[in-house]
Amino acid sequence: MPAAPGAGAAPRGPYRVASHGSALRVGLPAAALIVMLGLIFTMQPRAMSYFGLTVLLGFTLPAIFAAMAQMAVIAVGDIDLGIGPFISLINCIAATLLAQHPVLGWLALAALVALYAAMGALIHLRRLPSIVVTLGASFVWLGLALLVLPSPGGAPPAWLPALLGWHPPLLPLPVLASLLLAALGEFLLMHTSYGVVLRGIGGNPRAIERAGWSLLAGRMSLYALAGLSGVIAGLALTGLNTAGDATVGAQYTLISIAAVIVGGGEFVGGIVTPAGTVIGAWIMLLAGSLLSFLNISTDWQLSVQGGILIVVLGLRALNRWSGA
Amino acid sequence: MTEQASEALVQLPFDQLPYVQLLGIRKSFGAVRALAGVDLAIPSGRMISVVGHNGAGKSTLMQILAGTLAPDAGTIRVGGHEVGAGYGVRRAGALGIRCVFQELSLCPNLSAEENTRVVHPALAGPGWRRRARRLIGAALDAIFPGHGIDTRRPVGFLPIGQRQMVETARAFTETDRPVRLVILDEPTASLDATAAEQLLRYTAEARARGVAVVFISHRLPEILGHADEIFVMRDGQVVGSEEAGALDEQQLVEMMGVVRAVEPTPKASAQAERGEIRVEQQARPDAPVPVRLRAGEVVGLAGLAGHGQRALLQAVFDAAHHRRAQLRVAGSVAYVSGDRRTEGIFPLWSVGLNTTIGNLRRLARLGWLSAAREAALAEEWRTRLDIRTPDIGRPIMSLSGGNQQKVLVARAFAAEADIILFDDPLRGVDVATKRELYQHVRRAADAGRAFLWYTTENSELVNCDRVYVFYRGAITDEIAHAELSDERVIRASFGTGQTVGV
Amino acid sequence: MSGSIRAWLDARPWIWSFAAAVVVWLVTALVVQGRGMLATLAVALQFATFYAIVGIGQMLAIAAGPGNIDLSIPGVMTFAGYVAIGLMNGTNAGVVAGIAACAAIGVAAGVFNVGLIQGLRIPPMIGTLAAGFVFQSMATAYSHTTNAAPAPLLVAFSAARLLGVPLIALIFIVLTALVAVALGRSVFGRSVLAIGQNVQAARLAGLAVRRTLALVYLASAVLAAVAGMLLAAYSGGAALDMGSDYLLMSIAVVVLGGTAISGGQASPAGLWGAAILLDLVVTMLNVMHVGAGVRYLVTGIIIIGVLTLAKGRDQTT
Repeated sequence: MPAAPGAGAAPRGPYRVASHGSALRVGLPAAALIVMLGLIFTMQPRAMSYFGLTVLLGFTLPAIFAAMAQMAVIAVGDIDLGIGPFISLINCIAATLLAQHPVLGWLALAALVALYAAMGALIHLRRLPSIVVTLGASFVWLGLALLVLPSPGGAPPAWLPALLGWHPPLLPLPVLASLLLAALGEFLLMHTSYGVVLRGIGGNPRAIERAGWSLLAGRMSLYALAGLSGVIAGLALTGLNTAGDATVGAQYTLISIAAVIVGGGEFVGGIVTPAGTVIGAWIMLLAGSLLSFLNISTDWQLSVQGGILIVVLGLRALNRWSGA
Repeated sequence: MTEQASEALVQLPFDQLPYVQLLGIRKSFGAVRALAGVDLAIPSGRMISVVGHNGAGKSTLMQILAGTLAPDAGTIRVGGHEVGAGYGVRRAGALGIRCVFQELSLCPNLSAEENTRVVHPALAGPGWRRRARRLIGAALDAIFPGHGIDTRRPVGFLPIGQRQMVETARAFTETDRPVRLVILDEPTASLDATAAEQLLRYTAEARARGVAVVFISHRLPEILGHADEIFVMRDGQVVGSEEAGALDEQQLVEMMGVVRAVEPTPKASAQAERGEIRVEQQARPDAPVPVRLRAGEVVGLAGLAGHGQRALLQAVFDAAHHRRAQLRVAGSVAYVSGDRRTEGIFPLWSVGLNTTIGNLRRLARLGWLSAAREAALAEEWRTRLDIRTPDIGRPIMSLSGGNQQKVLVARAFAAEADIILFDDPLRGVDVATKRELYQHVRRAADAGRAFLWYTTENSELVNCDRVYVFYRGAITDEIAHAELSDERVIRASFGTGQTVGV
Repeated sequence: MSGSIRAWLDARPWIWSFAAAVVVWLVTALVVQGRGMLATLAVALQFATFYAIVGIGQMLAIAAGPGNIDLSIPGVMTFAGYVAIGLMNGTNAGVVAGIAACAAIGVAAGVFNVGLIQGLRIPPMIGTLAAGFVFQSMATAYSHTTNAAPAPLLVAFSAARLLGVPLIALIFIVLTALVAVALGRSVFGRSVLAIGQNVQAARLAGLAVRRTLALVYLASAVLAAVAGMLLAAYSGGAALDMGSDYLLMSIAVVVLGGTAISGGQASPAGLWGAAILLDLVVTMLNVMHVGAGVRYLVTGIIIIGVLTLAKGRDQTT
């Protein structure tokens, strides 16, 4: 290749996607979150208390796990459009089988995680677009949910709401869970030696394959993690709602995608930030709360969430275009 | 060869026996013979260099050595033992063979340490990151002292020179398997002068440790100054090997050139002198020889592959549609790509549709295409270029490679463009088809079309009125038809020629 | 299966969906012992029309190559449905205003999508997905301001029959035929298919890639708006969840109808075969007194199954 003067030449081609400081990736959403929290606390000082936070952030629990599930899939360049209905399915199983036939319930949950891994294998082996497969799967999840629980109702096992109602000593449960999940995500994906390989699949799959790693195993592992995270999200949602509903989880699809992107992740290139994803989930949920505090109708919630995603992507694209 | 045998082999003491021997290696890609029986012995502790022009077979040979390609015939011996049919990238790695190719195999989202981990499964478990950091850091310090690379940053942030340094250093890292042979394919192409010098100096150190190095470079001074032995390749064979000290640049160039039976050279078109200027480039300090193309001219772009020829073609293509300051293009433009799979062919379509797609606007009235006119146009060019297919309704993929390429040329001709850009379109095409197409090009030029023809095959340049030779992004020589010689082209391709205006 | 039969079938990918539709229709006939089967077919055609309308737009997007898809269809349908009905306000005099609004929203949504994709360089999948949510949200907000009913004229039109066949089905079958011709004979159609097979080659052949893609997304949005208005009229009013099934269904009728997910080729006739098939499957499950759950389950499995079994083009990365 024609020589370019060593240092200083700007990255080009596939390397261009990576050219954002990682500190900036997580730093920006973190700053945005602080601003949002500041706004909320100014308008509603009572939210700044232990119980206030618990109420304000309650539904971040399913959101952060949904976002983690999406992050696992986006890490290899796929997308999961069925995570919302999947969470609804878990919710329905938790509100029926788990309470009445616990063994069957847990088996069902384990089988669903395995099914997610199988979905990943199918996508890899047949080179199918994840978007259509996960959309098709969303109908399967919805169908199963309606079979398990044809109309809203049911009741979860007593331990589940109790678990969600636990008040840890220093930090409200949502905050504690977020910190732990962010730490776990960062550890698993950024600090373990196999996590490196998994992220590498998103960055340069041919290089990973040539180095001797199995792309199939990698994808299946990530999809299994996504399934597991989705299960936890569904359980958390059930604990909070104490009832089942086959459509309650649908909103988490957009929330999870937006959380990953707003938190600093990219759709291609294996660039994901676990901590940023958790922050992104908070931002998406608080956007809704902010709307109600500002007395704007919750009708606009989807617009705001979709709008945030568009704005973040647009700004990034413009930055890339002018900076390169 | 079994796992244990590889283990044993790679731990053998270094000695004078060649670590790797390639014997009678043959490889063909369809009709194209890339390697026609190559013998190569690579001794431990020595640096051999393989040089040759385009199509000599260097990269194919290296891919076979590295295990990414399987030879059609021949044997590979490592440490005196035949490796057998199971030789592949993993086996090569187990035998201590590393390679640094031009397209980097780093993951841009991972840091240098993490990229090191990827190729070393042994770097696992607690504390792996510290070990990886030490490993890549030590390698970088040893090879490129003062590199200043942060091994914690994702390599996508690093400029290309530093990425090249990381990839090169990574090849020399060892965990449970020692490094026995490193293939460096154009390793200095993206490095600045300091880093290049450091790398060359390091190869001496590596050799002293017993590591064998295969060094491929187009920079002849580097090779002559640092290699132990030089193998010259031409047309898929090794045509000579000498100790580096016994050669100079001129001799190398002569060895790389071809003494061919002279083919009747087409006479250059006289009217080319008076044709309208189609492409004109502004002269710049870093581009002292500006490109100029007139109607009726066939101008060739020569030089080693990837030295800026394609960039010029793309620039002319863009400039035809958008105004560009440095490059003035007057007239319509059509592009014929040599990489037909990714840039040329519409695989689901017929021959006819593939032919007319470049001419839609002229075949349509108010946006609707006339079937009759389309068929007539496709049929006309099928006959004129003698595309071998029973009828134009046949799927394009049913044609031979050469005929598929003819369709792409027909598309450009049918588009009636003033300027036709040839991006090495005849690579891999059979000789008979090539000869036919040369005639068509000359006829079209005589009729007033202008051609800008990038070719990696020097023997095609006889069809051109003028040739620009590229080296490292700039034109190093402009050769008129009458002064064309293989030697002059090769000299300019390696930057050893002088910049001469015509 | 001999080679020539296979070749004949391969050239007509829409055959499978029609064949399957016939099979399902026969099975249903067996279960209900032949009662009202022609009526079932007419109803299936009626509902199939809505799927087919959005299917045309989605088919153009998918044919334009990997990466191109329109996920904003549900949102555009719902918003256009609400606004069109809202402006009609139950009177025939408002029909013109309603139709004009529907067209305007379709165009505006298409322009918005193109702006995101080409202006902000957001990948179409995500851009249209996010846009779809924005439109859905606008529909939600608008829905509180109106309780309108569709104009009687439009309601009648949407349910009208001509010799027993739904009128809108006939109209859009004609439109589909036009689209099929355009794919083969127009500069636009030829360009879409070229871009779908090899976008780089299309660019180098001098085709107007950006303009063609922009037209595709514009067409898809307008078709979605029209489908929304007609569906709302037929159903007696718009509903916030009227588009929810259409995200998957628009893709399903395209894929099941024989258009390859890898792009470069389109099967317009297959849209109708697949749409009728999917509606007949729902009907069959209904007469078997199976719940909504099994319906969704079966639909999802069919789609994934067809995708898995479909022979893809040589897909090397």
